[in-house]
Amino acid sequence: MDLEYGPEYQDFSKEVESFCKKYKGLSFKDGSNNPLGSSGGPGGPQMSRSEWQKTLIENGYFARSVPKEYGGYGGEADILKSRIIAAEFSKSNTPGAMGGQGIDMLVPTLLEMGTEEQKQAYIKPTLHGEMIWCQGYSEPNAGSDLASLQTKGELVGDEWVINGQKIWTSTAQYSQMCFCLVRTEPDAPKHAGISYLLIPMDSSGIEIRPLVDMTLKAGFNEVFFTDVKIPAGNIVGKRGEGWAVANATLGHERGSLAPPDATMNRVNMLMHLMKEETLDGKPLIEHPIYRDRLMQIQGKVLAQQSHALRLLSAKLNPGADVKLGKMIQKLTGTELRHELEGLAIDVMGEIGTLYEDSPHLKNDGTWQFIYMYFLGLIIGGGTSQIQKNIIAERGLGMPKEPKVEGA
Amino acid sequence: MYFGLSEEQSFFQDNVKKYLEEHATIDNIKHITSGDKKNLSTEIHQGLLNLGINGLLIPEEFGGLGLDLLFAAVVSEALGGGAGPTPFIAPYVMAPTAIKHAGSKTQQENYLSKITSNENRFGVGFSEFIGKRNDAGITFSDNTLNGRAMFVLDANDATHLLLADEKGQIFVVDAKSADLEIVKLTTVDKTRQYTEVICKNLEAELLEHSSDSINPINQAIDAGRIMLAADSLGASQTMIDKAVDYAKERKQFGRAIGSFQAVKHMCAEMAADLEPCYALVWHAAHCHDHSPDEARLMACHAKAHVSEMSKGIAKKAIEVHGGMGFTDLLGLHYWFKRIGLNRQILGSPELVREEAYKTQV
Repeated sequence: MDLEYGPEYQDFSKEVESFCKKYKGLSFKDGSNNPLGSSGGPGGPQMSRSEWQKTLIENGYFARSVPKEYGGYGGEADILKSRIIAAEFSKSNTPGAMGGQGIDMLVPTLLEMGTEEQKQAYIKPTLHGEMIWCQGYSEPNAGSDLASLQTKGELVGDEWVINGQKIWTSTAQYSQMCFCLVRTEPDAPKHAGISYLLIPMDSSGIEIRPLVDMTLKAGFNEVFFTDVKIPAGNIVGKRGEGWAVANATLGHERGSLAPPDATMNRVNMLMHLMKEETLDGKPLIEHPIYRDRLMQIQGKVLAQQSHALRLLSAKLNPGADVKLGKMIQKLTGTELRHELEGLAIDVMGEIGTLYEDSPHLKNDGTWQFIYMYFLGLIIGGGTSQIQKNIIAERGLGMPKEPKVEGA
Repeated sequence: MYFGLSEEQSFFQDNVKKYLEEHATIDNIKHITSGDKKNLSTEIHQGLLNLGINGLLIPEEFGGLGLDLLFAAVVSEALGGGAGPTPFIAPYVMAPTAIKHAGSKTQQENYLSKITSNENRFGVGFSEFIGKRNDAGITFSDNTLNGRAMFVLDANDATHLLLADEKGQIFVVDAKSADLEIVKLTTVDKTRQYTEVICKNLEAELLEHSSDSINPINQAIDAGRIMLAADSLGASQTMIDKAVDYAKERKQFGRAIGSFQAVKHMCAEMAADLEPCYALVWHAAHCHDHSPDEARLMACHAKAHVSEMSKGIAKKAIEVHGGMGFTDLLGLHYWFKRIGLNRQILGSPELVREEAYKTQV
């Protein structure tokens, strides 16, 4: 056991710290147009979102291991440095790089499986925040059973003609592009009939309808495709290989939905709130039952933080068997975050139900919002029940459910 | 940066596991717990002494190996996994830790090297410092102890006991003294010994630095709590393994019961609950030696959290086995009961979580 990063990394921490100081209070000229990144406070330096992305890349604080020719920093992947960057940015409240499905999922997929042309065309503008992507996976009748999707793609001449409907498509209304799973081989077995296509969102025949969720925000959309035509070359991998391509990115998503460090920040925030808020004149933290519930959650989050260190170590020191350890992350991380946000509502009681712009609202109503929002994450990206199937079948080697004829 | 067990730690743990697999079979555990082959327990203890479990934490100058608490934690995990019917936590973890931190130089010389040489074996009774039940409790005056200590660990075959008063002062007493009565407490867990100790004008030696501060006794209790967490970790893993194996083999309605989601989801939940406990226990053990600021918080949370997870696992693993899980035949209950004791000893989850909170005020 050795939890020290070493002197090289201490220097790096300082370097990042002083960078963050320089850009303290940064805000974005185009901040309101871009839903994917955190925005800064007033009074500090101003730049466009894209300029900030470029600044981060130049300094090696973003897209660190993406080759220079595709717009990245072109350095070695360094897991510890990535952690330090995230920690220092979070500590100093410096806005981080943009996230989103293009950056988090499409770029790694293209780097692994894209053609040279695709890498040249898409990675750089995506990293620079100039090209936003949405993910066209789920359909009304293909949720947990994603591979049964029916959106149809037919190769007519040198164009794909696409017809069908996608749902749960986050950020579709802001996106320039969509990476999309489409059934192109109707006669092949269901997993072998899917292709991974790249669809410009300004193509004619695309209709986007916002889908308001229980938080009352329109985080998702329905996207309808009617005779949408795209070039035949807009495919990643070969025809019928889309399932494998998609699985590479889904694995990526499952790990990153609920990082324990972020959950611990919320635990600390809740502890602070419980010292400020009172019930019958006594701070909430002085009420033994609430306090014990907070401590229970703190213990769970500590376990997940330690677990994350174990997984980090396994990346740095190959050989450790953490297969099962990785599989549990999505399930345990999202469930715990939901539980924590729910505890905050419980300790506040009636006050905890306030929402939107109500008087007496605490912490901008984030507890209620995230409590509901995480229900979405528990369901999305493979529901908790699907996660349990994966853990049991792939992690513990338990037998699969017998297949139903024709499914 | 490396977060995990060293090769030496894994190797040592494997040796303990192998030894227990061979010698602490379910049949042998049944013999030991029913009391018909008492010497078997002594033999198993001796076998583990031969592997060196008594000297792990004793500094090298007193003949021990001077290793980190993490080493002891992996042993404790193996003992929990094998329901090892043998003393470990009191004589070889809590006692050395207490004497190391509270003993004067002379006391360390007197006692620590004799733990390594197996001349001294300590039982430990600190329950009243953690939480006094009813009229239990020990008082010290004129170099003698009076009163009762409950749930003293591993007192039966001990040569000495460490007892504590409410202030956290620690005393060494002769376990064979006529002024001391050892009363067996029958708990559900028969793989280990729990006793009540009654002192009547019992001659006692104060561990010198234990009257300066409560740090020494807390160090010993934290170490003990991490061991109990590790023991429950090992016990839970065994219960999960047995449940998963059973669910793969047992057939009902023409198929393995493990193919039903009702059953497989219970198994997945058990695995998801337990997996992060490994890292938590290792981390807590590491902090005990290397990160004093977080040590207490981590030890308390490790004890409470693993206790909570294990309680659920113990129940679900029995349920996966159906009626067979409920029988004495399979012996699954040995782990269920061991987990039950680990949960209450040295502070139940609510008590230790309150202590965890107090470290943050």
